[in-house]
Amino acid sequence: MAKSESSFRSVRKFGPKELAIYIGLVLWAVINLFPVYWLFTFSLKSNDEILGDNIAGLPRTWLWSNYSTVLALGGKDSELGFFNGGIIPGFVNSAFIAVVTVGLVLIASMMATFALTRLLWKGKKRMNSFFMLGLTIPVHVAIVPLFIILGNLHLKSTYIALIVPYAAFSLAMGILVCTGFMQDIPKELDEAACIDGCGAWGIFFRVIVPLMKPAVATVAIYTLLQCWNEFMFASIFISDARHKTIPVVAQALNGAHDRDYGATGAALVLATFPVLIFYIFFSKKIQDSFIAGAVKG
Amino acid sequence: MKKLYGNKLTIFLFLLPALVLFISILIAPIFMSGYVSLFKLQGMNLSTREFVGFDNYRKLFNGGTYDIKVALKNAFLLAGLSVFIQLPLSLALALALGSGRKGERWFLSINFMPVLISAVIIGMLWSKLCNPSYGVMNYILDLLHIERPAGGLLANKNTILGAVFTPVLWQYVGYHMLLMYAGVKSVPPEYREAAMIDGASEAQVNRHIVLPFIKPIIKISVIFAVTGSLKSYDLIAVMIGDTGVYEKAYVPSISMQRYLFKFNQFGLGSAVATMLIVLCFIFALIIGFVFREKED
Repeated sequence: MAKSESSFRSVRKFGPKELAIYIGLVLWAVINLFPVYWLFTFSLKSNDEILGDNIAGLPRTWLWSNYSTVLALGGKDSELGFFNGGIIPGFVNSAFIAVVTVGLVLIASMMATFALTRLLWKGKKRMNSFFMLGLTIPVHVAIVPLFIILGNLHLKSTYIALIVPYAAFSLAMGILVCTGFMQDIPKELDEAACIDGCGAWGIFFRVIVPLMKPAVATVAIYTLLQCWNEFMFASIFISDARHKTIPVVAQALNGAHDRDYGATGAALVLATFPVLIFYIFFSKKIQDSFIAGAVKG
Repeated sequence: MKKLYGNKLTIFLFLLPALVLFISILIAPIFMSGYVSLFKLQGMNLSTREFVGFDNYRKLFNGGTYDIKVALKNAFLLAGLSVFIQLPLSLALALALGSGRKGERWFLSINFMPVLISAVIIGMLWSKLCNPSYGVMNYILDLLHIERPAGGLLANKNTILGAVFTPVLWQYVGYHMLLMYAGVKSVPPEYREAAMIDGASEAQVNRHIVLPFIKPIIKISVIFAVTGSLKSYDLIAVMIGDTGVYEKAYVPSISMQRYLFKFNQFGLGSAVATMLIVLCFIFALIIGFVFREKED
């Protein structure tokens, strides 16, 4: 693919049409960058600047203290009871839930994919299409039933209330991605391991799983980001401040802390920038995982 | 080997975790939602259920707290805008970047970035941009000599729908662009070169070679755009409040959420959920059918 690029560039003349295309591209890129720029500068301003005399410019005085204000917010302040413990616990909750979900999705989808691509039984195709239904089933179906079931099991406002549904809804994508990779592993490896005395489980754990690293990365990144930003389940199944995830904490900040806009901005930066920094370093890998999650092969 | 891989117990055990998760969280709830939607409940207590048949659905369209017709109309409008404005924009970007322009990786990465930002945060930022007292949108309206709407863009009954839909449509342009870009990049270079040697312009190559080639991806994008619009929730939920003006911008998921957790009407809420599931499947089938017809 890369080879062809140079030849096309030489064919294309830089005329007014090219210029128009570039202006369009730059304009769209600016529209996409502006919110991040604005959020960042906003988080470093005082109320005076935000509310009137300096809405979109760089901060006149860089108020890094907005960040310490946010980080210092704690559960003891009754006014901020919603914010129990501050933004750090929100991070810890989000990270814990995301990591456990990723683990669960990886185990379940790799095992299922092993059965679907390697084990010998009838109905594999049908079972695969059954799992692929998960790509189109909207999360809404689960809300009422889960709300009732979680309530009866006294599991509302626990990590489980989010981990299990997140894992279930990421499963179809996990199987889709793993199938592509597992089909490429030569069957001769299984046979060799079998001759060496491995059972099905031994082949799976010692031969297949170690060769699935690219699939693991793809599924993990995709699932991680989905969990990190998920809002509907997180806002409905968690009412206890101690278990709230980052998006819910961020939303709670919106109305309740209006007296100090800059601090709200700082909280939003803290919630957003880790993902963006991760993206700067792994942009290609992240993009690939989103493509793999939507398009077969 | 055959004996090893044909063992019924082994097969069952390998499928078990996925099946348990999948059936308990995705499949069983479909039926449970459908079932609950036929009953009148006191709160979420199943033991108080009273069979009412399709009464909940009738109520949704006639005499419910929220007019589901408005919500459905909004969702269809959003789906339409998504297919006819958002996707063409994504396609234009993908075609422009996919044919080897300088800086294509940079543009691609920047344009995809909004997808990674939580919808909650985008909603909050947009609300601030539209704020009538300090929002940047005021300047833009003044620049365009448009009168500032009373109460701000997000609280005025004439502008709310447009103001709510703008960020929803904007956020995922980059996502569809990325999928289509991947498709454009997978067009074998020989195809392009052959066409160019035959004197085809870039537009002609795009139309007659690239577009037919990436049709399966466009199909996926259309399905995601339409079902995503029907399901849309996060961004809109963050931007709108609870008064009458906001009801103009309700989508089915918001009505569902309000029925469930503001009014404790689980029968009605389930009816909305069931309707959404059915609509999503129907649209996925219709879109699949439309694209198959054209492929022949």
